[in-house]
Amino acid sequence: MVALVTTTSGQDSAPSTALTLVSRDARRTIPTSVQNGREVVALDDLATLFQLSVKEDALAGGVTVSYRGRTIVASADRPIVSVEGRVVSLPAPMVRSGRRWLVPIEFISNALASIYDQRIELRRASRLVVLGDVRLPRVTASVDSPGPPTRATIEIAPAAAVAVNADAGRMQVRIDADGLDFSASAMSGLIDRIRLGDQPNTIVLDTNGTARATVTTANNVARVLIEVAAAATSESRAPGPTPGPAPAPTPTPAPSAPIPDPRAVIAATRTWQTIVIDPGHGGDDVGVRSAKGVEEKQLTLDIARRLRAMVESRLGLRVILTRDDDRALGLDERAAVANNGKANLLISLHINGSRVPTQSGAEVFHLQLDRESAELVRGATAEGAALPTLGGGIRRLDLIPWDLAQARHLDESSVLASVLQEELQRQVPISGHPIRQAPMRLLAAANMPAALVEVAYLTNPGQEARLATDDFKNTVAQAVFSAIVRFRAWSEESRAQ
Amino acid sequence: MSLKTWWLAFVGALAVLVLIALSIARMYGPARPAPSEDAPVASAPSTPKETAHITATLFFGSPDGQTLVPVRRDVALAETVVEQGRQILNAQLSEVPQAPNVGVIPTGTKLRAFYVTERGDAFVDLSSDVVSGHPGGSLNELLTVYSIVNSVTANLPAVRRVQILVDGKEADTIAGHVDLRRPLSRDDSLVRAVDEK
Repeated sequence: MVALVTTTSGQDSAPSTALTLVSRDARRTIPTSVQNGREVVALDDLATLFQLSVKEDALAGGVTVSYRGRTIVASADRPIVSVEGRVVSLPAPMVRSGRRWLVPIEFISNALASIYDQRIELRRASRLVVLGDVRLPRVTASVDSPGPPTRATIEIAPAAAVAVNADAGRMQVRIDADGLDFSASAMSGLIDRIRLGDQPNTIVLDTNGTARATVTTANNVARVLIEVAAAATSESRAPGPTPGPAPAPTPTPAPSAPIPDPRAVIAATRTWQTIVIDPGHGGDDVGVRSAKGVEEKQLTLDIARRLRAMVESRLGLRVILTRDDDRALGLDERAAVANNGKANLLISLHINGSRVPTQSGAEVFHLQLDRESAELVRGATAEGAALPTLGGGIRRLDLIPWDLAQARHLDESSVLASVLQEELQRQVPISGHPIRQAPMRLLAAANMPAALVEVAYLTNPGQEARLATDDFKNTVAQAVFSAIVRFRAWSEESRAQ
Repeated sequence: MSLKTWWLAFVGALAVLVLIALSIARMYGPARPAPSEDAPVASAPSTPKETAHITATLFFGSPDGQTLVPVRRDVALAETVVEQGRQILNAQLSEVPQAPNVGVIPTGTKLRAFYVTERGDAFVDLSSDVVSGHPGGSLNELLTVYSIVNSVTANLPAVRRVQILVDGKEADTIAGHVDLRRPLSRDDSLVRAVDEK
């Protein structure tokens, strides 16, 4: 095993020139360029790096990309490709440049990842393509309060073991990983800077005081809470409520501005506010019913309530359940709850059923749009509408059919589904085919990243018994919660880009 | 050869040609009258012997319940695309799959109507048994829907997409998951490449 890779990120305002392909045994460069305002990559380069076969059909104006019998067909005039017969959208069509074909970099995550036999993850913000089972946690560092004492947080997702060494003027954080996908905001207060260390899995803080750290892990995210107090020799400063070198306790709180809870600062800088959880079925629509009479609608509501409690208490987000009692609710009404609530995320919870009693394991669904719907959306987007605004301006609107609102979020939903699958896989039994893309009715109308989770099979006697336990329902809620945490980090990172 | 002999030979040859033409027309022409519009199931053809058949691909659930399995069956040859579609769908709905394959369409589901538009969109109108008898589950519902969609599109090249109706009306879903509001294209990703004879 070879430990590898640390990357920089965050400051990529300049035109990008390459992505870095990170695998367990190597680190390679994927050259990119910009065509029509889109970052593109040459199919030739992908073919070399991923052992693909690329064949051009000059007559049809298209290209067939093959990997071990699985194929992607792309045409030059449409921003869609066919991946094993499924239509997948890209932000722009493939273009020819000399003798080479160039595809948007999203081709890697949207198309290539679907036919490859190892995990491929495109991390745009950090300019990485992660291949296979590489431990490359996202590590973000930010100052919560300049102080003094200065407080900062390093978040590591997914969580990994952390060891901290602090010397005078320097603190080293070592993370148990192959490399780090690292980004940091500007430091301030008593922290001069934060940087990558000599080893690929270390971070170093240069401080101007005495530093101490506390490591906590929750929801598969490790947090290193750092506090840097002024050196003991310096003049006395406002002591603050936490232990430190201050000589004497102060009877009153800090003088001017109270030091906010670091979590509140983080929340204030974040863009997410609301998520919607949809307990599937309800009322007359009982969903799947087990041989013993247990109904899907009861279990989905139970797990949804557990998940709501976790998200509200730990993330401070507003959580809306599409139904909080046993009543029938149409799929349009459920989507409307999410759309009107301007939710950042919709997760629909279901319990599965099968005619085969041995079938078991969790499955995640995200939306598949057929070619006609994709073209309908593209046409509506291209035409749009221009509306006059107060003050004489013109505002352009994309008139996408409301029941195809998900078309804008297909890529994000694909990421969401992958994260959900990974987190479920860590904690509960997973199906042999754990992730599927299908024309799901509820998801189509959701105007935000959305996925549907089938938690387990109620028709499997063993799984039915587990679904009756608090332990299993809490574990499922925890897995979905962890996925929400990870997806939020990814989403906010993407927006910050 | 006298004129009379030549004339008789000519008439004789003409008669033979007409007979041959009639025989060919009978071999390749319409086999039988079309079944009535409301035929609920694949009833036995009116003339059981010498009935022409096609080999159609039907779709059943795989033994593990994860995918569809293509199964080839003889289905009576029909005159038109619409008639052929009815024959195939009736076979798909009525046949009980041989173990270890499993059924994916609720028992008792009947074909109420089938028609095809000029654009190549087919409409399959099923009885409400497909809803009331459905056990639920997203994957289950996907397999139900695509056993219908694939059985039509795989056997009728003229059909590009299939929309499922229930009791003559557009339906949102069968069991609360899969979108039926638009015609669906064939999805081979749900099909396991095993052909049971």
